[in-house]
Amino acid sequence: MWVALSRPRPRGRLSRFARRYPVAVAAAAFLALLGVAALFAPWIAPYDPLANDYLSMFSPPGPKHWLGTDSFGRDILSRLIFGSRTALLVGLSSSVIGATVGAVVGVASAYFGGTVDLVIQRVTDILVSFPLIVLAMAMVAILGSGTANLVAAIALSFAPRAELVVRSSALQVRHTTYVEAARAVGAGPWRIILRHMLPNVMAPYLVMLTAFLGQAILLEASLSFLGLGVAEPTPAWGLMLSGAAVDFVQKAPWMAVFPGLAITLTVLAFNVLGDALRDALDPKLRV
Amino acid sequence: MYARPWARTAGAFALALAVLVAASGTVGNSAPAPQPRRGGSLNFIVSAEPPSFDGHRETTFAVIHPIRPHYNLLVKFDPFNYPKVVPDLAESWTVSEDGLTYTFRIRSGVRFHDGSLLTSRDVKASLDKIIFPPQGVVSARQAMYEMVESVSAPSPNTVVIRLKWPSATFLEKLASPFNWIYKADILERDPRWYERNVMGTGPFRFKEYVRGSHWEGVRFENYWKPGRPYLDGYRALFISSPAAQTAAIKFGQALVEFRGFAPAQRDEVVQFLGDRVTVQESGWLCNLLVVPNNQRKPFDDFRVRRALTLAIDRWGGSRALSQITFMGPVGGVMRPGGPFATPEAELTKLAGFGRDMEAARQEARRLLREAGVPEGFEFTVKNRNVPMPYIPGGVFLVDQWRQIGLNARHVIQETGPYLADLRAGNFDVGVDFTCDFFDDPDVQLAKFVSSDRSPLNYARYTDRLLDGLYRQQSRERNLQRRLQVVRQFERRVLSDRAYQFHLLWWQRIVPHWKRLQGYKVSPSHYLEDLEEVWLSE
Amino acid sequence: MLRYVLARLVLVVPTLWAVATLIFLLVRVIPGDIVELRLVSGGSYVTPEVIQQERGRLGLDKPLWAQYADWIVGLARLDLGTSMWTGAPVSKEIALRLELSLQLAVMATVVAVSLALPLGVWAAVRRGTWADHLVQVFSVAGLATPSFWLGILLLLFLLYAFRWLPPMTFTPLWVNPVANLSQLVWPALAVGYRYSAVATRMTRSAMLEVLREDYVRTAWAKGLAERAVVLRHALRNALLPVVTVIGLEFAFLIGGLVVTEQVFNLNGIGKLFVDAISRRDYTLIQGLMLLVASAYVLVNVLLDLLYARLDPRIRYA
Repeated sequence: MWVALSRPRPRGRLSRFARRYPVAVAAAAFLALLGVAALFAPWIAPYDPLANDYLSMFSPPGPKHWLGTDSFGRDILSRLIFGSRTALLVGLSSSVIGATVGAVVGVASAYFGGTVDLVIQRVTDILVSFPLIVLAMAMVAILGSGTANLVAAIALSFAPRAELVVRSSALQVRHTTYVEAARAVGAGPWRIILRHMLPNVMAPYLVMLTAFLGQAILLEASLSFLGLGVAEPTPAWGLMLSGAAVDFVQKAPWMAVFPGLAITLTVLAFNVLGDALRDALDPKLRV
Repeated sequence: MYARPWARTAGAFALALAVLVAASGTVGNSAPAPQPRRGGSLNFIVSAEPPSFDGHRETTFAVIHPIRPHYNLLVKFDPFNYPKVVPDLAESWTVSEDGLTYTFRIRSGVRFHDGSLLTSRDVKASLDKIIFPPQGVVSARQAMYEMVESVSAPSPNTVVIRLKWPSATFLEKLASPFNWIYKADILERDPRWYERNVMGTGPFRFKEYVRGSHWEGVRFENYWKPGRPYLDGYRALFISSPAAQTAAIKFGQALVEFRGFAPAQRDEVVQFLGDRVTVQESGWLCNLLVVPNNQRKPFDDFRVRRALTLAIDRWGGSRALSQITFMGPVGGVMRPGGPFATPEAELTKLAGFGRDMEAARQEARRLLREAGVPEGFEFTVKNRNVPMPYIPGGVFLVDQWRQIGLNARHVIQETGPYLADLRAGNFDVGVDFTCDFFDDPDVQLAKFVSSDRSPLNYARYTDRLLDGLYRQQSRERNLQRRLQVVRQFERRVLSDRAYQFHLLWWQRIVPHWKRLQGYKVSPSHYLEDLEEVWLSE
Repeated sequence: MLRYVLARLVLVVPTLWAVATLIFLLVRVIPGDIVELRLVSGGSYVTPEVIQQERGRLGLDKPLWAQYADWIVGLARLDLGTSMWTGAPVSKEIALRLELSLQLAVMATVVAVSLALPLGVWAAVRRGTWADHLVQVFSVAGLATPSFWLGILLLLFLLYAFRWLPPMTFTPLWVNPVANLSQLVWPALAVGYRYSAVATRMTRSAMLEVLREDYVRTAWAKGLAERAVVLRHALRNALLPVVTVIGLEFAFLIGGLVVTEQVFNLNGIGKLFVDAISRRDYTLIQGLMLLVASAYVLVNVLLDLLYARLDPRIRYA
């Protein structure tokens, strides 16, 4: 199905997709906008997101600061714009890494079968029995703080979930004739896994990936809220919601409202897009 | 007696700092002292839970606030007149001419909560546990009593403490609010019994402890001090989130949080409760400290360290940060406003404490150039993930250093890994703190002597001259001369060598319902014991 | 049937053993030292000997395999060990918080179900209409909203609208139901909305599938009233996947409300977990993770049994 999407005459496919899923197109447009904002943040943002300005602490939204300022007098709009970098960076990289690690392990597990499969499945079963946040917290505790470790922690929490889904698809591919044929001509296991099996589980992989994107952003926000994620003064949405935003919520509600809105809208866009993609890619799941 | 109506002493105490601010902005101690009323139960907030129940081994207010009311000390700080030391279980005492022998007369007729009588044997056993802890027993302040040679109990109502060398502030050290007097029989059976159990002579008996929820005490009817305590009981509610704390006070679920609120919390409470609430403020014996790693390049170069401290606008920072954190007063090694405080005129001469930031930052940039540190030099500032006041402090520092062209990266870790890294020297610059119960150079300077002599000094330097000054001031019994040595010490640490330096001291802000009476805020949040507290209405 | 039940239950034991082993490995690689944290973090000095003694007392100086053996042997006797921080039994620490967490999980589930079933059915029956779209947007938005943010907004709303905030301290339901509910309703709403989203989507898709089935069409053809068709025939048969989703979410709710508990100052399992992690209280972290994982395992077993009972096609092998 995925292959079909990237064949020639994509314009026809895409426009049909657009007509079927107008909301998804809107979501994609929003995300594109966000991507542009993240990419060109230094040129778009009206202020330096790190510059403390003690003369305009807690300014309410107004012509000077459209979305107000926070407890350090930093411009919230600028911090939201720069924060989109953190959100997209952490969201994208942890989802891609998590889904990919999960997919490779899942396919390998399906390919090798036997004891390897059994052990991997037992471990996966156990890992998916923890709520995501619990697993992610344990991972952060093990790996330590910092953005790179945060990405790793979230990715590792996702991997078992991706593994489960991809493995079941891979099992169906495993016994198809062309995989058997590849084996017969003496292709090595990793060659078969990478060249023949992985491309054929692309559909569930992509569906997982888009589902993870939203969750990763939420998870990053939750961890940062708990003080386990990105460190101040790095602009990050979850972080902007924690600490001062809660303490000063009565005095300066805009500090809590806008970052939360940014998270919600972005996750919403990813989810809508993901749903549409799942509909289009995986007709079995279509309802 | 030692329990005075607080209005009478409040005026006399003004010199010793404690600023008293009523919510409306008027100071309310002109009214006649109201008659204490007996009865009622006090609900107050404690923002953390006690790790164990044994004051001797712990260092946190989370042990003091809920548990201290179950115990007495030998001597204690006057709750209305800090830092005066007044009798508690010791009725009176004498000090020998050479300052080496302290003889305490123990109050008679004091009963434990189990009904048994207290004798000098119990006092000796408790002090021995603190000063000479047996195998396997942790005593957090053992090092503070290194001058003690022996503790003896020659008669049932006499305790004698002999020192190896005279100490100007031994009595104050003995008044540590953690030095609870336990029962000798119990300690003999199991020296660790008190970690999980409570049994003292204090004004309140232990009722129950529900983890994560509350700690409850009820009045001890056989308490030795007549008419005390006033309260029928108390309930310490464990609430860690600042927003929830504010809410609990606003809606009367608790009347006070004794540690201290951030200004935002205070404002919210005052705005909501109006004249039903009083705000007491005081300088606080705690501060944030900037700790460069003196063994790591380029911070081994004193010019770089000096540039770091020069870049910090403490006076401006004090104005800004005091609105959003409980940091505030600018000070050197001794608490501003305290008896050893450096006068402002002298303080502003120290590097980084001046008021001309333009000049200071130029000087800082010049020093960095001289030391060969390039523009945009990147280093990490290691901090603990405690929201108040460490993280705002770190954010402030990062911003200050950006202004002299340094690119500081804030690294926030959980307390465990943070401590491990600081101790192992695995950091560029760290954010540390100190908190004490008593203004005393022995206590406050101990952190700054050479790293090999002070295990709490994470800055990793050796300076024998500094160690000598520490020793000198500690044994100096003339206050004026001692002060001079302390000044010298301060100049060397903060300015000349800039080994490590203070960011800001803290300001203790305690808003409480006016119903709560008989309480006076002090510079230490370790001194609350509820003996004199009462509720009006 | 009985044999199937027994077999399924017996299988739980090795599963839990594997879970315990994995948890132990996971937890013991967490760096940091509870002894240093306890004794040094307050800013006081403690000699290395004392720290060594304390480590010995907590059993932290033993080789890892011995610590593992201690833990597993304890587990076999249903003993979770003692918390390294408080010294109280782990089971007691957990029991103290479980009441609140269970109640909140139940209340959140009630909120979720009472939103999800009607909305899901409605959307399915009115498929493709504005009602369907509305429900879909409502549920996708639920998945996208951080429930702790929703919680903050809820509190802000209560404060502005009524100058009132829920109590910040927990009162057990049987002591004072009013105080108890007025505290827990709000987090239940914040969390329930989010979890209703999953269930709504599942209800809708399960209903759509069932509505296509022959027997439903037959019922419709027979001229039965719509209400009867939907409720008696379709919903009953669509319920199984919905129950699965709700059951699994319920298992996650017990330990997964970490952030929401923080916002509402709830002394639940989630907060205990945050504390245990930040204190490096290994035994308590192990106990909590085991609890959370076993809740999931047990719910799974119950669901399996339920399936076996409801769906005659599953044979009791």
